[in-house]
Amino acid sequence: MATNSTSETRTCDTTGLPVCLTAQLFIKLSAVCAVVFLLLGGVAAILLALTRWQTIHLLPVDWFYRILTFHGLNMLIFWILFFEVAVLYFACTVPLKAKLFSRKVAWVGFIMMLVGAVMVDYIILKGKADVLMTSYLPLLAHPAFYLGIILVAVGTLIGVFNFFATLYVAKRDKTYEGSVPLVTFGATAAAIIAVVTLLHGAIVMIPTFTFAMGWTPEPDPMWYRTIWWGLGHQSQQVNVCAMVAIWYLVGYLATGAKPINETVCRGAFVLYILFINLASAHHLLVDPAVGATWKIWNTSYAMYLAVLASMIHGFTVPASVEMAMRYKGYTKGLFGWVTKLPWRNPAFSAAVLSVVIFGFIGGITGVTLGTQQINIIAHNTLRITGHFHATVVGGTSLAFMGLTYYVIPLIFQRDFIGKGWARIQPWLFGGGILMVSLGMSFAGSLGVPRRDYDIEPAGVYGASSHLFLGIMGVGAIIAVLALLIFVLLCVGTLLFGKKNAGRPIYDWGTAVALPGADESKVDAHWGMKGTIALTAVFLMCFAVYYFANWKALADVWPVQ
Amino acid sequence: MSTKKEPFLKRLMDNPWLLLVLGVVIPFLSYTVWGWIEILLVKPAQLP
Repeated sequence: MATNSTSETRTCDTTGLPVCLTAQLFIKLSAVCAVVFLLLGGVAAILLALTRWQTIHLLPVDWFYRILTFHGLNMLIFWILFFEVAVLYFACTVPLKAKLFSRKVAWVGFIMMLVGAVMVDYIILKGKADVLMTSYLPLLAHPAFYLGIILVAVGTLIGVFNFFATLYVAKRDKTYEGSVPLVTFGATAAAIIAVVTLLHGAIVMIPTFTFAMGWTPEPDPMWYRTIWWGLGHQSQQVNVCAMVAIWYLVGYLATGAKPINETVCRGAFVLYILFINLASAHHLLVDPAVGATWKIWNTSYAMYLAVLASMIHGFTVPASVEMAMRYKGYTKGLFGWVTKLPWRNPAFSAAVLSVVIFGFIGGITGVTLGTQQINIIAHNTLRITGHFHATVVGGTSLAFMGLTYYVIPLIFQRDFIGKGWARIQPWLFGGGILMVSLGMSFAGSLGVPRRDYDIEPAGVYGASSHLFLGIMGVGAIIAVLALLIFVLLCVGTLLFGKKNAGRPIYDWGTAVALPGADESKVDAHWGMKGTIALTAVFLMCFAVYYFANWKALADVWPVQ
Repeated sequence: MSTKKEPFLKRLMDNPWLLLVLGVVIPFLSYTVWGWIEILLVKPAQLP
């Protein structure tokens, strides 16, 4: 297909969709910054893992907390927010055939985010902000630390504004008909959650910054914790929405899967919009100032509606892939279609691993640990860290990495170098992070605390705790190596990758229809029986883990 | 031409502005405002 470009758009040689050049520029800038912050966070990760691995115990105490602060902010905030802005700018332009609302607004947002992130990293490495990511008062950092976070938050909010303004203009100019595509709808859900998140960030960080400057009195520490988690936890819910939107997108690109029921999928995103932010209360389950009713309502009754949404997505994504494969003629047995999936496609394998690690490890542990009664035996242990490394790293980061295998060829217009390395990278990263998460979780189950430099002085942790910390350390080495492979592949491709302008991108591997495949022979309801069987396995794992934790709780407080 | 009104859920899902308002108001009321009130109602500790 010939390239048909105007001064403001070009036609994608693979999809045929118009690509807004302004959006493309900011997708590129945001993606590059995201990968740089991922690399910084990854270097910090290996230093931390080799310190918590008690046998090695690498860093001195002050550098441990400094690097822990650095790791948290680079991985949970900067890598994620920059990539999300890239996802938002893609989702509001390319699928809607629209142009980005404002180049100037995009520049302002991007520069604020970049200046803020650099300021935060600099001040942490200078040793002026050893307060961890949460920066709980009365711990106090240099004012530039808070100012940097405010800049990042406001810059992102400006990017979100650009997203909504583009949606408005696209609707007004009728660049698309009917409802927005599901990927754009998922991104809209992420953007709405981002608004709530960033407003909380502004509410908590501005008075803390003015306090650090000596202009206003100290905010109440309990108030700070409550509002801060409106930023800290909710920013991870933005990830969840973006990650789920990526699952649907990659499923479509690799197998041609279309959602089995769009209304149900969109309904699940609406449940996220309305209820997922309440999960922030999980972090305050042992705090004394908020009552049991507030805690139980926000972490159980209302929150379970968001859990329902995750379970809907966890079913519909593999079910839609299964249906696509059966329509292509792979109808043998329960799982015959699984062996024919495009496993050599790194975007697809990353998305599948992301679904499995997020659902089986992150989801099950998250719901269980978020139960008020069970939380009492897990709070502030490494079990919590094990949980969110499964959701944020095994789930979100892996999904983002997978999408990158399409973003670089489609947006930067260069085919990947080192394709063999790219094909094994998601498996290495997924395997490594699984070991990290399980090592942390089991060590935490034995009581090993999180955010603790040295557990030896306590004198109560035996050989099994050290074994699990060792498993975590080995897993971290594997995961960080895979992260370095990913970064080298991205940078190498940008510098040396073969240009693909004027032709379709390199095909990573897509499912092809068998000759004589007949869609009408596939039962629309029971065609997804393989996914139903997998769902039954998931629910059994969930039940076993949930009730095992109640048993563990009962062992702590035996009823005579 | 049919003038049949679209179902409520479809109209809700096609209206990002209403979703934005609901998505901001519900967590602010349920988590932030309620939590803030709980903290305000905590009495100062009495010294022994």
